[in-house]
Amino acid sequence: MIAHKNQTLVRARINGEEVAFFCEPRQTLLEVLRDTLGLTGVKEGCGNGNCGACNVIMDGVLVNSCLVLAVEAEGRSITTVEGLAGPDGLHPLQQSFLEHAALQCGVCTPGFLVAAKALLDHNPHPTEHEVRYWLAGNLCRCTGYDKIVRAVLDAAEKMTA
Amino acid sequence: MQAFEYVRAQSTEQAVALLAEAGDQVRVLAGGTDLLPQLKEGRRKVALVVDIKFIPELNELCYDPDEGLWLGAAVPCYRIYSHPVVARAYPGLIDAASLIGGVQIQGRASLGGNLCNASPAADSIPALIVHSAVARIAGPTGRRAVPVEAFCTGPGRTVLGPGELLVALHLPPPRPGFGAAYLRFIPRNEMDIAVAGAGASVQLDDRGETIVAARVALGAVAPTPLYVQEAGAALVGRPVAEAAAAFAAAAELARAAAQPINDMRGTVAQRKHLSAVLTRRALERALARSQESLRGTAR
Repeated sequence: MIAHKNQTLVRARINGEEVAFFCEPRQTLLEVLRDTLGLTGVKEGCGNGNCGACNVIMDGVLVNSCLVLAVEAEGRSITTVEGLAGPDGLHPLQQSFLEHAALQCGVCTPGFLVAAKALLDHNPHPTEHEVRYWLAGNLCRCTGYDKIVRAVLDAAEKMTA
Repeated sequence: MQAFEYVRAQSTEQAVALLAEAGDQVRVLAGGTDLLPQLKEGRRKVALVVDIKFIPELNELCYDPDEGLWLGAAVPCYRIYSHPVVARAYPGLIDAASLIGGVQIQGRASLGGNLCNASPAADSIPALIVHSAVARIAGPTGRRAVPVEAFCTGPGRTVLGPGELLVALHLPPPRPGFGAAYLRFIPRNEMDIAVAGAGASVQLDDRGETIVAARVALGAVAPTPLYVQEAGAALVGRPVAEAAAAFAAAAELARAAAQPINDMRGTVAQRKHLSAVLTRRALERALARSQESLRGTAR
């Protein structure tokens, strides 16, 4: 790592692209994703690891980006909600959330989508119990969760059909 | 968040030197799930954060049927329960590793960090105690080993001295007839801090007829996780056929040992009651697992 004034140069792979950015050690990955790199799909909810709105996938592992220092991203591969849709359109999970009306205000939605993607990457055929357990770290104050769970189960079915 | 310097330590020796040099303004970063909220609160001045999760020996997770489990202090929970051999050998440890926070927390949080954070309600510490886990510590004057039940000295306080670093946790190999379990009570299904928790382990003789050793530990009912030696000792020599009565007696000893407080999560009376109920249930689950392990060897 190269230090510049009190800034550190960090190189990471974000949504498939090589990215370099300067940050201070005290900045979280969440801050840098939103404020430096403009990836505002990543939301700040609680800022202490309870709500999951800031979920990203780091080297294949679901994490709360509010609890990761940006300097820790050096050499890591990160997926945010912006990395889900492909050139042909929305990711099946995103499409399914629309079809099932699995969102209302939408602030928690990017976190749920990223968490659900991490689940299906590990477990393409989750049971309802497994979906509910996996999403326990994501809070939604609008939907009552049921539509989200249906959307994830339906997307899983379509993706493996 | 307050400004600090960040160093990614490459070796245990480098980390120890950095910790020793920086005095009381240094914090160790593993998964950061406790440290980052503490840094954000800013109650303590921190000048340096030493990231220890790139040190090879702190990231090692290896199991040997003769040597037991070497669990590097920075190994995150998900790696423990995703490891099929470890998950099969230590289901009582998996009980705790799979209920700390949600999956996002388990992707980062380590049992070493859970121990060093020294919360009275830490879920993994009672589970480690009933597995007779030992903390391996490196420091400026060399290395030492401390049983996990002696590691925490108060809320947020541990035996670690200046410059000392938790390197790993060592768990002895489970012998045939060994079983362990951890249970916690929370008002939700997931994602909560224990109102009370109990770990238990049972070692049966080769014939599966007699309890030859047992351990009980409680969480969230004292200033530190609590090893209730007398509850385990009361079970030694008891026939499995009389387990129900023996477990009820051990549960009463756990209730008596608990010294809980009233707070937003529960009352003294509720926590005393939970100490007994969870101890009995954890012993029952540990016994079932110890019997399963004997059936496994007989096959």
